[in-house]
Amino acid sequence: MTSNGAATLADLREGEEAYLDRIELSEPEARRLMELGFLPGTSITAARSAPFGDPRVFRVDGSEVALRRETAAKLFVSASRQNGDA
Amino acid sequence: MSSAPANLPVLDLPAARAGANRTVALVGPPNSGKSTLFNRLTGLRQKVANYPGVTVEKRLGRAKLSGQDVLLVDLPGVYSLYPRTEDEQVTHDVLRGEMDDVPKPDAVILIVDVTNLGRQLTLAAPILSLGLPTLVLLNMADDLRRGGGKVDVNALAEQVGTPVALVSARTGEGLPAVEEFLEGAFGLPKPVQLPIISNVPECRQWSAELGERAGYRAPLPSSWTRRLDALFLHPVAGPLIFAVVVIAVFQTIFLAAVPLMDGVEAMISMSGGWIQSILPESWFRSLLIEGIWGGVGSVIVFLPQILLLFIFIGVLEDSGYMARAALIADRTMAKVGLQGKSFIPLISAYACAIPAIMSTRTIENKRDRMATILIAPFMTCSARLPVYTLVIAAFIPQQEILGKFLGVRAATMIGLYALGFAAAIFTAAVLKSSVLKSARTPFMLEMPPYRMPTLRSIGLRLFDRAKIFLRRAGTVIMATTVILWLLASVPLQNGEPPEISESVAGTIGRTIEPFIEPLGFNWRIGIGLITSLAAREVVVGTLGTIYGMEADEGSLELQSALQSDLTLPGAIALLIYFAFAMQCMSTVAVVRRETGGWKWAIIQFVYMTGMGYVCAFAAYQILS
Repeated sequence: MTSNGAATLADLREGEEAYLDRIELSEPEARRLMELGFLPGTSITAARSAPFGDPRVFRVDGSEVALRRETAAKLFVSASRQNGDA
Repeated sequence: MSSAPANLPVLDLPAARAGANRTVALVGPPNSGKSTLFNRLTGLRQKVANYPGVTVEKRLGRAKLSGQDVLLVDLPGVYSLYPRTEDEQVTHDVLRGEMDDVPKPDAVILIVDVTNLGRQLTLAAPILSLGLPTLVLLNMADDLRRGGGKVDVNALAEQVGTPVALVSARTGEGLPAVEEFLEGAFGLPKPVQLPIISNVPECRQWSAELGERAGYRAPLPSSWTRRLDALFLHPVAGPLIFAVVVIAVFQTIFLAAVPLMDGVEAMISMSGGWIQSILPESWFRSLLIEGIWGGVGSVIVFLPQILLLFIFIGVLEDSGYMARAALIADRTMAKVGLQGKSFIPLISAYACAIPAIMSTRTIENKRDRMATILIAPFMTCSARLPVYTLVIAAFIPQQEILGKFLGVRAATMIGLYALGFAAAIFTAAVLKSSVLKSARTPFMLEMPPYRMPTLRSIGLRLFDRAKIFLRRAGTVIMATTVILWLLASVPLQNGEPPEISESVAGTIGRTIEPFIEPLGFNWRIGIGLITSLAAREVVVGTLGTIYGMEADEGSLELQSALQSDLTLPGAIALLIYFAFAMQCMSTVAVVRRETGGWKWAIIQFVYMTGMGYVCAFAAYQILS
């Protein structure tokens, strides 16, 4: 994972874990992602992917959700939990 | 048929409501087991499978209880009451009492997957805020126990202010609590502090606290899902395994199914012979033997193949592989402007285009959904299987390519399936780059855990499928066959039935012959093309009837009769025509309903049938 502070889910390699900071998508899309478990502060682990790494399955909040790289690139993460209250 | 898309034995409203004066809605997140519970309580057989989005329409049924009757409404799964798709909209409207043909529910059963309680129970906030009497069911109790998880049901009930029960809809564990709720006086929930339902993080926080106070411990996840994904999502092994399975299925259809087919055929001709021996020669005997036995019988022969195909589809759907297939296909689908979710309806279309078209309701983007509806009938549905099998068996030699593992016939069949898929993808590319162009919608799909398909569930699917197939044989196919027999028996000449070519049916066939001759078809095939507009497999029954009436001794040698009517290039043209042409009135009706008008249904009909004609023409002209 890059350490320039602007890492996204798309940067995670299989087996890597990170914490979600923010989602830069339209409100309805961000809402659905949150309903699927992608809430700020949540731990997310990159799992298996389709051939060529896209889309990829992410383990989040007890379930597995597949996202395309283009969507994953809108979910900003950091290596440690920042948003303590979520 | 057109009004009962999935051919399911589900009641319509007046029948379901008779005697039931209370309505209870089943709600829950996708794939939490609502339909399994619905089937348990009503004795009906709503489709269940292991992927999110199986149920896309409300289904009504009467709960079998000792006391008063209750109308149960099975609903599509939702994550919240903020609908993004057509199927979620249905749930929203029913719960709010805004659905015309469903009474506003008097109570709600919220069913959640207890193996991931925290996230699943987030939905309790919007559901409780409806203010209706509610029962919360924690489903998959068996999985919870197996993984060493636990939860204090009473403590949770105290927290949410409504009754809570731990159940397993699959095994029937805990169902008395549900019946007790349905038979009892619906009490309003005790007022509890609910989070603001538009605030997802707050709802999730609330549900986490509920779990904590109820001493919830999540079960350890079964390691099977990760192990199987390591295999099925492996870049090399995954696609390879899939290809091997597909080839094995088609090879089985041709090898193992042949003895089965011969058995059924022998039974039909034996019973036909028996009827012939006990009935005096009459028009009625001719109708029975040549019309019905020859026509309907020659279609029923293909039941074993269709059931074999459905074992495969059943395993795909029940195991959880379906969602992985969508994942793997997403890149390909993205290239033509669609996404992986469109792949699930396309796979279901291998069974039948009608439920497939219904299941496009889970696609968020309206234009993506429209494109998927328009391409789904290109997928090789099970009604094409009898036609393909018959023509291939008659014209393609049985040679081995890869030894016993793959023969020329199975390879031809796989080629036809690939051809249909290619036509679908090509059409999608055309549509999505022109009239149905749209911005890309993010692909988000929950991967269900793998589950072992049960013998019972596969057995029930086969039983239901056999019933549907036989019902079609007894209705659509029988009716067209009888009408055809009649038209082929008139006008009487000197009180005797005419030569078929001189009959009304023959005249119709000979009238269109000039149009189909360039495709290598004669007037007999022409009659079959007309009758098969009702349903594809009718062509097999039609040819069975025509050859039966022409033969001196009512012989059912369909294959050899066909060989005298078609050349090899003509046979290939016929296969191509059936791969592309829209020959299914039920599909046309469903497309009209789901797209809200005749426009797209007509465009689709003309496009597909035109493509069938042009490609069959080209194939015949090039090959002969």
